[in-house]
Amino acid sequence: MNTLFDKIWDSHVVSKVTDGPTQLYIDRMYCHEVTSPQAFDGLRKRGLKVFRPEKITCIPDHNIPTLNQEKPIKDLVSKNQVDTLDKNAKEFGTGYFPMGHPKNGVIHVVGPENGLSLPGMTIVCGDSHTSTHGAMGAVAFGIGTSEVEMVLATQCVFQSRPKTMRINFEGNLKPNVTPKDVALYMMMKLTTGGATGYFVEYAGEVVRNMSMEGRLTLCNLSIEMGARGGMIAPDETTFNYIKGTDFAPKGEDWDRAIAYWKTLKSDDDAVFDREITFYAEDIQQMITYGTNPGMAMPINSTIPTLDDIEESGRVSFLKSLDYMGFKPGQSLVGQKIDYVFLGSCTNGRIEDFRTFANFVKGKKKADNITAWLVPGSWKVAELIKTEGLDKILNEAGFEIRQPGCSACLAMNEDKIPAGKYAVSTSNRNFEGRQGPGARTILASPLTAAYVAITGKLLIPNS
Amino acid sequence: MEKINNITSTCIPLPLENVDTDQIVPARFLKATSKEGFGDNLFRDWRFDKEGKPIESFVLNNPNYSGTVLVAGKNFGSGSSREHAAWAVAGYGFKVVISSFFADIFKNNAMNNGVLPIVVSEGFLSNLFKSIENDNKATVSVCLENQTVRNDATGETEHFDINAYKKECFLNGYDDIDYLLANKDKIEEYEKKLLTPNS
Repeated sequence: MNTLFDKIWDSHVVSKVTDGPTQLYIDRMYCHEVTSPQAFDGLRKRGLKVFRPEKITCIPDHNIPTLNQEKPIKDLVSKNQVDTLDKNAKEFGTGYFPMGHPKNGVIHVVGPENGLSLPGMTIVCGDSHTSTHGAMGAVAFGIGTSEVEMVLATQCVFQSRPKTMRINFEGNLKPNVTPKDVALYMMMKLTTGGATGYFVEYAGEVVRNMSMEGRLTLCNLSIEMGARGGMIAPDETTFNYIKGTDFAPKGEDWDRAIAYWKTLKSDDDAVFDREITFYAEDIQQMITYGTNPGMAMPINSTIPTLDDIEESGRVSFLKSLDYMGFKPGQSLVGQKIDYVFLGSCTNGRIEDFRTFANFVKGKKKADNITAWLVPGSWKVAELIKTEGLDKILNEAGFEIRQPGCSACLAMNEDKIPAGKYAVSTSNRNFEGRQGPGARTILASPLTAAYVAITGKLLIPNS
Repeated sequence: MEKINNITSTCIPLPLENVDTDQIVPARFLKATSKEGFGDNLFRDWRFDKEGKPIESFVLNNPNYSGTVLVAGKNFGSGSSREHAAWAVAGYGFKVVISSFFADIFKNNAMNNGVLPIVVSEGFLSNLFKSIENDNKATVSVCLENQTVRNDATGETEHFDINAYKKECFLNGYDDIDYLLANKDKIEEYEKKLLTPNS
């Protein structure tokens, strides 16, 4: 009567502190340049080596420019952080895909696409969107820098056991409703803190029929409702995605792995602390209107009025709308937009570029739109070329940049100017997230394509 | 890590909900490679304008409010896993954050940096905001040993949860890595009988 989560968690428990946390063994840790320098420094101060360097992979992604990566990074503070990761990866002998390496890109795109993140694993990174890797059937979650240091030093982390939640999506999605819309719908229903304290398993017909990349998008956004992580039981879709990737098990190891992976599902009589079911017929194409991802609505709906908001939340609600330049009760249909960002660990994969390219094919980018199209990895960038999507996009007036986190959090030069509206396929619409004063509307790649062509928010229905 | 046990302090109120880690410290200030100096950028974009001048209406710039206790609205610390947010809160000088709800990762990060996150009921929180509004010198008293927090203005007292292990860490000022390192034989033992073929 175990859940998928229980099975993986329990098989990784090294010890349990009485009335305290569990010491959990970690199979894979990724490190990026922002949240790891203090951890490596801590190791040095304690005179320690990395305990299991072969289980650690360092990949710079947050600061790297999306133009001219072959030249030195202009921002010297960013450069120092990327150089520090370079030094640490080399000194401590970890796995390393430096800037410009064919396997470089956003960690949460690179890990799954190379077979580094596998079913049954425990996976951590000093990054909240580590929840993405749960789509592979893993227990994957974000940690802080002190915890990164713990894993570097001991390959273990202290964690308290979260509660379990299963979210079922039943039925069949309507045309043009994408995994991103499913996730935004869920966040609208559960709010930005609605799954705090839980580890979520996604299930149901919608999830079973979802592509691997769609599942990665869904699990990626688990943290945006506060969940420790999100996961999906591995199946043929998962195995096909992994098979043949560089780090996937091969030969007999593959057969042995598959046999094990097939046991990774919740038992029929598994009990979850909380279980919720949503129906595909209720899910429409979604956007956000406020400054957290729970402030979402169908594109053709209207922003809630003050009466819809609990009293304790009204000050925050009005502050948020004020920042966005919107009013309670307003419709956003026809809202003029300035920027479109296609990319990030949420929607920077090849399927997202296919969706975007298919829509803009034979059309022209709106004059008022500045569009940043940023592949999630060099592998995605290569596929864009192989599939000829670059030509379609160029003909429609779009340029493709080089891979990285880019405008998702604007740590590099890709900042949305203050007061401008950006329709973004990323994961956070927090104040200032895409640049000081930037106004972010989260949406699917299809909606973003529609906005890029029309210059305003409309319902993509063709 | 610094020890914590009994604290009595005036409070800095931030009655906003869902204060995310991008507000606690914006991404553009995450480029340092040490843990120092983040307190200067705590709530940066609410605290300073584009020219870097203090925004008078923000509570940290109001000389009437001071103290080592931050009192915040529901769901404090949501969003990214950046420990820089905890370094900023600690670096500014806060020892305690009181809210009715915390995001998980922030809560862990705070505890790993000697900042005690205390979860109180919605009613306690709303009364505490009222007490501070009535009198900016209103204090709270925290006793970690007994796991109690008291609104000294009203006398209202609540018990708060913390696991025994973390409590010991706070009371004695030691951290998780010390404990894990002392435990290495168990890790090697686990590795020998690895249960999963992926590892």
